[in-house]
Amino acid sequence: MNKRISFRQSVLLGFGGLILFIGLWHGLAISGLVPRVFLPSPLEVYDRFTTLLDRRFAGATLLGHMLASFERFAYGFILAAVVGIPLGLLMGWYRLLDEIVSPLFDALRFVAPIAWVPFAALWFGTGIGGPIMIIFAGAFPPCVINAYRGAKFVDPRLIEAANMLGTPSHRVIREVLVPSSVPSIISGLRVSAGLGWQSLVGAELIVASAGVGYLMVQGQANISTTTVMSGMVAIGLVGLALDSSLRLAERVILRKRGLEN
Amino acid sequence: MGVIQFKNVGKVFGPKESGFVALKDINLEIADKEFVAIVGPSGCGKTTCLRLVAGFDNPTDGAVMVDGTPIKRPGPNRAVVFQQFALFPWKSVYDNIDIGLRNLNVPKAERQSRIAAILNLMNLEPYAEHFPHQLSGGMQQRVAIARAYVLDPDVLLMDEPFGALDAQTRVVMQEELVRLARKNPRTVLFITHAVEEAVYLADRVVIMTRAPGRIKEVLDIASIRKAEDWDSHEKIEDVMDLESFVHLRTQIWRSLREEKADQHA
Ligand SMILES: Nc1ncnc2c1ncn2[C@@H]1O[C@H](COP(=O)(O)OP(=O)(O)OP(=O)(O)O)[C@@H](O)[C@H]1O
Ligand SMILES: [Mg+2]
Repeated sequence: MNKRISFRQSVLLGFGGLILFIGLWHGLAISGLVPRVFLPSPLEVYDRFTTLLDRRFAGATLLGHMLASFERFAYGFILAAVVGIPLGLLMGWYRLLDEIVSPLFDALRFVAPIAWVPFAALWFGTGIGGPIMIIFAGAFPPCVINAYRGAKFVDPRLIEAANMLGTPSHRVIREVLVPSSVPSIISGLRVSAGLGWQSLVGAELIVASAGVGYLMVQGQANISTTTVMSGMVAIGLVGLALDSSLRLAERVILRKRGLEN
Repeated sequence: MGVIQFKNVGKVFGPKESGFVALKDINLEIADKEFVAIVGPSGCGKTTCLRLVAGFDNPTDGAVMVDGTPIKRPGPNRAVVFQQFALFPWKSVYDNIDIGLRNLNVPKAERQSRIAAILNLMNLEPYAEHFPHQLSGGMQQRVAIARAYVLDPDVLLMDEPFGALDAQTRVVMQEELVRLARKNPRTVLFITHAVEEAVYLADRVVIMTRAPGRIKEVLDIASIRKAEDWDSHEKIEDVMDLESFVHLRTQIWRSLREEKADQHA
């Protein structure tokens, strides 16, 4: 189980799995068991995907839609990080804040991001605020939880070491609490980016102008399953790129600490 | 100056009446620049004593004072060397040593020269830019000692500083500590499980009873060290072979053994 697998092997295995999946999908699509409109073949989706790259559909090219989505995502995600990380750290550090906020937070985080759609529409109409709020709802909890864990489980000896070295207590937060929570914060950001990006389509149901979600809704309206699937592929690819870059950042940081396994 | 005084010190964990009594009636005075080692059975309150001097905890009874002032909180005049090193893993060796000096607002040029001197003294010069995880346990502990010494503290508190090291490294560190203590004497409170280590390093050895921890006896090592001229031997194993050394060691062993035996009575 724990045998070491080289990077090359892991890439090969990943590709193998992908090819197997596409093969099975293709087989099912051309078998005639399912009507073609319901399940287009991979080649048709590929065709549609490349066409969408330079032909406008629903007001923009696929890249244009992806960019519009990413922009909303970035706002929601950054907002979640900027508010969530400090809140989590402070909850981990100040017992009183923890007691006040935790019950509320623990209840709210079980409300799925998409459940905020009615309110987002009500409060923000079709402006950019709505989707940002939904993405924020998805991305916020992991930011808080991981920063909180990082702060809660900081090695108490490091705090004592900082104290005995004469570090003023307000600076202990910056000197010890934050850096020792960084690995936990980064893994929180990874989860948070994933959940935020996942909430995107839900968020874009309520803005009717651009974005991958909008493209997919329009595709559905035109009974173009290939368009819908192209949207799914685009979401997957951006998600993968997002996660890989955050994972890379995580590895760089862990390696610097000698924590990488 | 660095005179440590324990005056009728008691420490109870939990509620004062029904809690766990860790220390009781501790009276001890450690002179300036004296090296005192505490030995005692596990759980007898050695670490608790040290934490009171460090200011990490406060006594429930009596007072712990340094130079006549009761201790309230930790401070850089009482530097601590932890058993598990407690270096900041995100800081280089240099920055780990620098942090205390920066907190004291020492000017940059002086910080640099003091750090250079301590790195040299501890044979750490090639590792200034390394991170703690890139160093062996022995070297990490050297950094922790350097981090404490560079502050020029009145008092140095060491809680089983060599407990996590292998036997050879331990001996090297013990010799090094003696070298350091001669060059730059400090008041040291040193906790250990190793009786030899206590006898080799300390001016006085304090033996504690099992919980509730009290002081059982205090042995004067310094006068014997002087009389028998231990310092003329450079190597630790030569000192440990001396009859006077063996005698003291055995005496402490017996005393500790009585404590352990009590436990099963
Ligand atoms: N924060 C605490 N709360 C409750 N009990 C404590 C606390 N700290 C220590 N104790 C108890 O006080 C007693 C003395 O602990 P201490 O750590 O001082 O022992 P020690 O002599 O250093 O032992 P060892 O040699 O194993 O390190 C122990 O029985 C321990 O369980
Ligand atoms: Mg202890």
